[in-house]
Amino acid sequence: MYNCHRSDRSIDFSHQLLLPASYPHSVFAIIVNHNSFFFLFYPVFQGEKMWGILSQKLGAARGLSSQVVGNYVLRLRLAPSAMPMRHYSSATKEMTVRDALNSALDEEMAADPNVFVMGEEVGEYQGAYKITKGLLDKYGPERVVDTPITEAGFAGIGVGSAYHGLRPVIEFMTFNFSMQAIDHIINSAAKSNYMSAGQINVPIVFRGPNGPAAGVGAQHSQCYGAWYGSVPGLKVLVPYSSEDARGLLKAAIRDPDPVVFLENELLYGETFPISAEALDSSFCLPIGKAKIEREGKDITITAFSKMVGYALKAAEILEKEGINAEVINLRSIRPLDRATINASVRKTNRLVTVEEGFPQHGVGAEICATVVEDSFGYLDAPVERIAGADVPTPYAANLERMAFPQIEDIVRAAKRACYRSVPMAASA
Amino acid sequence: MASSCFSKSKTIIMRNLKSKNFFMLGFINHTYSITNLQFPRHLLHTISSPPLPVSNYASSSPYNYSIAFSRCFASVYGGRRLNTATSVRNSVDQLSTEAPLQQDLDFPGGRVKFTPKPVFTSSSTEERTPCYRVLNDNGQPILDGDSVKISKELAVKMYTNMVTLQVMDTIFYEAQRQGRISFYLTTIGEEAINIASAAALNYNDFVFPQYREPGVLLWRGFTLQDFADQCFGNKNDNGKGRQMPIHYGSRKHNYFTVASTVGTQIPHAVGAAYSLKMEKQDACTVTYFGDGGSSTGDFHAALNFAAVMEVPVIFFCRNNGWAISTPINDQLRSDGIVVRGKAYGVPSIRVDGNDALAIYSAVHKARKMAIEEQTPVLIEALTYRAGHHSTSDDSTKYRPVDEIERWRGDQNPLKRFRKWIETKGWWSDEAESEHRNGIRKQLSQAIQAAERVEKPPISDIFNDVYDIPSKNLTEQEAFLRRTIQKHAQDYPSNVPM
Repeated sequence: MYNCHRSDRSIDFSHQLLLPASYPHSVFAIIVNHNSFFFLFYPVFQGEKMWGILSQKLGAARGLSSQVVGNYVLRLRLAPSAMPMRHYSSATKEMTVRDALNSALDEEMAADPNVFVMGEEVGEYQGAYKITKGLLDKYGPERVVDTPITEAGFAGIGVGSAYHGLRPVIEFMTFNFSMQAIDHIINSAAKSNYMSAGQINVPIVFRGPNGPAAGVGAQHSQCYGAWYGSVPGLKVLVPYSSEDARGLLKAAIRDPDPVVFLENELLYGETFPISAEALDSSFCLPIGKAKIEREGKDITITAFSKMVGYALKAAEILEKEGINAEVINLRSIRPLDRATINASVRKTNRLVTVEEGFPQHGVGAEICATVVEDSFGYLDAPVERIAGADVPTPYAANLERMAFPQIEDIVRAAKRACYRSVPMAASA
Repeated sequence: MASSCFSKSKTIIMRNLKSKNFFMLGFINHTYSITNLQFPRHLLHTISSPPLPVSNYASSSPYNYSIAFSRCFASVYGGRRLNTATSVRNSVDQLSTEAPLQQDLDFPGGRVKFTPKPVFTSSSTEERTPCYRVLNDNGQPILDGDSVKISKELAVKMYTNMVTLQVMDTIFYEAQRQGRISFYLTTIGEEAINIASAAALNYNDFVFPQYREPGVLLWRGFTLQDFADQCFGNKNDNGKGRQMPIHYGSRKHNYFTVASTVGTQIPHAVGAAYSLKMEKQDACTVTYFGDGGSSTGDFHAALNFAAVMEVPVIFFCRNNGWAISTPINDQLRSDGIVVRGKAYGVPSIRVDGNDALAIYSAVHKARKMAIEEQTPVLIEALTYRAGHHSTSDDSTKYRPVDEIERWRGDQNPLKRFRKWIETKGWWSDEAESEHRNGIRKQLSQAIQAAERVEKPPISDIFNDVYDIPSKNLTEQEAFLRRTIQKHAQDYPSNVPM
């Protein structure tokens, strides 16, 4: 969910109410923690007023024009067909990403007694973001371990236990804190199988929220996809929907190699429809396969994590302008599904990459190089690369908004790749 | 009735608070507790002729005032019970003797005694933690010593392994100087630590070494040829030529592959110990590190965690006085590393690192403790790094040559242990020279053989990155092989396919 605030475009005050622009992150955390559903706003505003506004918006949501970009967040929150108030419905099943992760962890811990969870606040506190809710009660303190504040310490201990045959799931409160433990992730986990000549493998999963949230400042907002994506020996996964979250986390836990599992804090509360197949406890997604979320023929847009939602919205806007966009949900940064990306580019001949991380040496740079290496002759236009601004993330809501890609940025880039004229400057 | 008394006293207290007369307040409450039924109005006016407590208050420090003050409230409000005659007497006594009325308090973590004096704990101790030793400098057992008795076979095996280690180090070091291997790191001066600690462990105790513990691997059966193959990085190398020399590792021998990172093995050992604890195995993990390694963040996190998680791990610190060129005084200012164990709640012992028997006993006991009580144990062995840090180092540049010579000579652990086994009649000069010559011959053969063996094949570049090779790597390998076939004349002949 993104900060919404007054901009040059007309955004009515109701939006302002629903989406507190400059609430400190801690308030969000508290709200989120006490209500694992969608009720981000509930404790803050009186119920009826909000529902009234919501139902108005619901009606309007279906046919919203592209100008009303201010409430894109609202549209994100409203899942394709249903009211986002319950995560179960009679027709299609729905699930929040948080519940998807929780259920995946629960099922894997039940299936394999070697799987255990370790991290700060994962036990008694039920998880800093409530992903591990209920696990302590169910599996006990031996399998849900609350740790002292030392990422280097518990990452190292997790790696050591994995050396000896356990299957730890190490939670970082955010991946920004993983920098304290990065030596263990890379030198002790990623490289171990190779350096020991196959004698010691490390079936460990490092998971936690990655990238920006809302108003949490520079030290809590960095995206580590490119950092971990460059290390041989690691696998790096980036789920978007609940189905992604379930399938990829299960695959990660079952995988004999170390996996870095980059979630997104703002997606935790998002509800997605989920198939019966995905709800099965043996459900698993393949690692290294991207998903084509939306088929198209004019331009390829690659994205991962939260940006997939933005790309889909952008694609809807582009559709009205006669540009049929294909949206690829990467799902896996390492190994990168070069085949799918290239096949798509060979079909559409144009590419826009979207990511929230810093532009230099980013995931988009790698995708661009991949396409140039494998499908240069098929490109009709230079690859457009959209990334976060090359600055440490500012806190002020208006500045933060400018520091990360917005839907209109994706739309503009797509138009540029299609040689349509677009206004160059981004508006605030 | 009682409540009315209480409320009356409350009024009185309020009135007195306004007048800021603590002295009066204490007095009033004291008298109230005596009477218990009616408020003795007349006593309000008898300040000038107070009973015993008052003179105490008058002469006491402000500190005592506040104790009395708080206590007064306690007697009135706390418990909301009527003061019986006995409690009256108690409160009188307490007020009169000025004793601290609360000796300790139940803070999170346990009861803590109070003290009225702001004394800081000293940064250094006058007396350092004593060092456990069994043999004196001349190899004779110290009287009234307490140690594990070892058999002749074990003693001889220990000594011969120490000699093998020393000879191996010398010859490999020379091989590096001759340019035959790229790098080497000796264990000179720490042979007792290596062999004696290994001897006291079981083969299923998982070892997490730093890099100065090849003796543990030697004890467990790694052959001289295995060592040579790793140093030369050839096809027979257990490590498939992936690592620098001395980065030995063997799953078979429960010896985790040496990593160049300093101190990272310490939390690994704790994690593996946690795994052992969950499996309830009769085994522990052991991790070695130096005085320098004890400064890393990993050391502190690991010790703290191990104590909290109650896992069977032995932390073995080889305090050899030097971390490359950093002497111990520039490394730390605590009483060595042994005192750090106490800080983290880990039972610790300091041991003479050049005394093989002391190390054997200490590790034996530590292992028993770790497994039976499921506790971490810290052992600090005081020793000296008699060699250079590695072949990339010349330690005469930063420390006096005579210091090195002294430790290499009289103080070296082999000498002391040899004296002991010779007095027992288990060893002799002939046995010594026979053993040394034998090892030297074996080693030169091993080195020559290792030099001749082929290097690892190119498939070993691409496998083991992941459990199953990723697509891009298999593609790259296929591409490489096609290129080699196409340009066979440009491909180096000594690299097998």
